Amino acid sequence: MVTEKIKSLLVEKLECDASKITSETVLTDLGIDSLDITELVMDLETEFNVEIELADDIKTVSDLAGAIEVKMKG
Amino acid sequence: MSFQIVGTGMCVPERVVTNGELSQLVETSDEWISQRVGVRSRHICTSETTADLAVSAAQRALDDCGLKAEELDLILAASVSADTVTPALSCAIQKRLGVRCMAFDISAACSAFVFMLETAACFFARGGYRNILIVGAERLSRITDWEDRSTCVIFGDGAGAAVLSKGENYLDAVFTVTGDENALRVPFYAGKSPFSELEPESPYIRMNGKEIFRFAVQSMIQDINTLLQRNGLTPDDLKAIIPHQANRRIIEAAAERSGIPIEKFLINIDRYGNTSSASIPIALDELNKAGELKRGDLILLTAFGGGLASASCLLRW
Repeated sequence: MVTEKIKSLLVEKLECDASKITSETVLTDLGIDSLDITELVMDLETEFNVEIELADDIKTVSDLAGAIEVKMKG
Repeated sequence: MSFQIVGTGMCVPERVVTNGELSQLVETSDEWISQRVGVRSRHICTSETTADLAVSAAQRALDDCGLKAEELDLILAASVSADTVTPALSCAIQKRLGVRCMAFDISAACSAFVFMLETAACFFARGGYRNILIVGAERLSRITDWEDRSTCVIFGDGAGAAVLSKGENYLDAVFTVTGDENALRVPFYAGKSPFSELEPESPYIRMNGKEIFRFAVQSMIQDINTLLQRNGLTPDDLKAIIPHQANRRIIEAAAERSGIPIEKFLINIDRYGNTSSASIPIALDELNKAGELKRGDLILLTAFGGGLASASCLLRW
């Protein structure tokens, strides 16, 4: 669910093909920078009603999904 | 009883430093800086002090309204990069303007200009104050780590000032303070006490860009919505939104998320960089001197930064 939302946000932002994005995709490889990632985090925080730490270890789509999911359980 | 802004002024140092020049100093590029921050060039002090910039901006604000310094009842100033811890910047301004009115500084980093407007409103409400001078002046080049490519490309030097006279045009304001000792930090010089057991900190600007970005975007959206809703206004009712010029991406993200066209936001970070407390009064002065404002226009100022704090207000020009 979270991964799907991340993919759809990225597709919307980058206007690219959804098939290009997998859980292992490194976010900065998509041509976005850390501020873009921060915006993504903010959108996800709003969507899933959580707050996460803006850590440097969010590198891939699955890192991001994991960071959100762990707060959803808590 | 509050105030009306009757005069504005600004002063930036002569020397302009372009992105190209910075790319000779640290590993960066015009493309990266423009894309990431929105700055193309900034003014950097060579022989000018913070007080020099402050007094010049102040005098121009006085000239703008034709008031004499002797007619001021209070001077408020703010700087995170003043020349001295004491005397306060406001005292240096007072001395150089040759007057003896009350003068003191406010410490509120990039939000200081709006905090000073609120403070002035309180003094006007208290009574007995006719004209108040407000100055935000920064020589951020002094507290920038010129070897840190993530920060030295952002900041610039400059000062902005406004003269306020008794009036009714300060319509509403909203303040948020979320104390944080790490997200944006400029330590004082550590000193050399032989008794200190504290680890000395380097006295330069340090920030967690992502943390501040999130705080800034969310604050700006929240503050704008609050001020519009509380006053029954829509963005169309505003002549302009003047945001603190911290990073172009912050302004763009806030504009996009609030559904307000980017053209409504005054942006001049490309020419000045982030000048902390000076950024809003410099932008206000540019708008004023361009003849863009007519009396009765509604403007919204929105500031955010070290504290962490956000401070926004609705003014009738």
